[in-house]
Amino acid sequence: MKTNLIALLSGIIFGIGLSLSQMINPNKVLNFLDITGHFDPSLIFVMVGALSVALVSFKWIRKRAVPLFGESFQWSKKTVIDKPLIFGGVIFGVGWGLSGYCPGPVVAGLGLFSMESVIMIAAICAGFFAYNALFESNK
Amino acid sequence: MRTLHTLGEIILENFTPISALAGGALIGISVTVLLLFNGRIAGVSGILNGLFFAPKNDRLWRLLFLLGLVLGALLFNMGVPDFNVPRQNYPLPLLVIGGFLVGFGARMANGCISGHGVCGLANLSLRSLVATGAFMLSGMLTVYVIRHVLELAA
Repeated sequence: MKTNLIALLSGIIFGIGLSLSQMINPNKVLNFLDITGHFDPSLIFVMVGALSVALVSFKWIRKRAVPLFGESFQWSKKTVIDKPLIFGGVIFGVGWGLSGYCPGPVVAGLGLFSMESVIMIAAICAGFFAYNALFESNK
Repeated sequence: MRTLHTLGEIILENFTPISALAGGALIGISVTVLLLFNGRIAGVSGILNGLFFAPKNDRLWRLLFLLGLVLGALLFNMGVPDFNVPRQNYPLPLLVIGGFLVGFGARMANGCISGHGVCGLANLSLRSLVATGAFMLSGMLTVYVIRHVLELAA
């Protein structure tokens, strides 16, 4: 129960952050990526803002053995720089550049009643299912 | 581009570093809360993917986080109407193909911008640095091609 409320709270704060920073606006994202055209560097400041908080807090949280409510920390166990990481990052970037959306703003965009969010969520989930069918089906 | 009425005096027309920094800090607080209390990494693609593929007893919190994302945007929009307006008339094929690649690539790389670009970098992960570099570069190249070579979108 407590962890569910935390998840809801964390999501609300995230959604407000995406709205205030305008990362939720796909044209602003495309302008950020358009370094030779209408370049708008604002979204670098979103990363700086997020990391200036999280770098400090994560350093402090890493010292803990267990989270306050949950049973254990679910850190990623992967450490190797492999082809799926690089190819996956490149493929993700192409999709991001084509649409102006990454998953967080897509979901938050439902709160603006954006039709694009509905289309994007369906397409993203199709991508999940395709990946899982191709690479995870025999695990 | 619209100017920002409430914060207008400190923000340029397009370049909005103050609201970007403040919004980014909120995102940093959000990922901190989820990690400190629940031990979970706030990577939106992983959370969304888990709605379908995680064990049944590991799904409710995911749904609530995603619901929170929607509520956060909804509440912000009620407080500051028209600050963010949904885009209209963007080419549908770019959304459909783009969305598919975002989903596929995020699974292959095991994370997206929130997972790698925020949480991973904050955790000093070399993997996340590589992934973030990869999608930033390919995103910029893609926008260059669609805006300046093929001129598919303004």
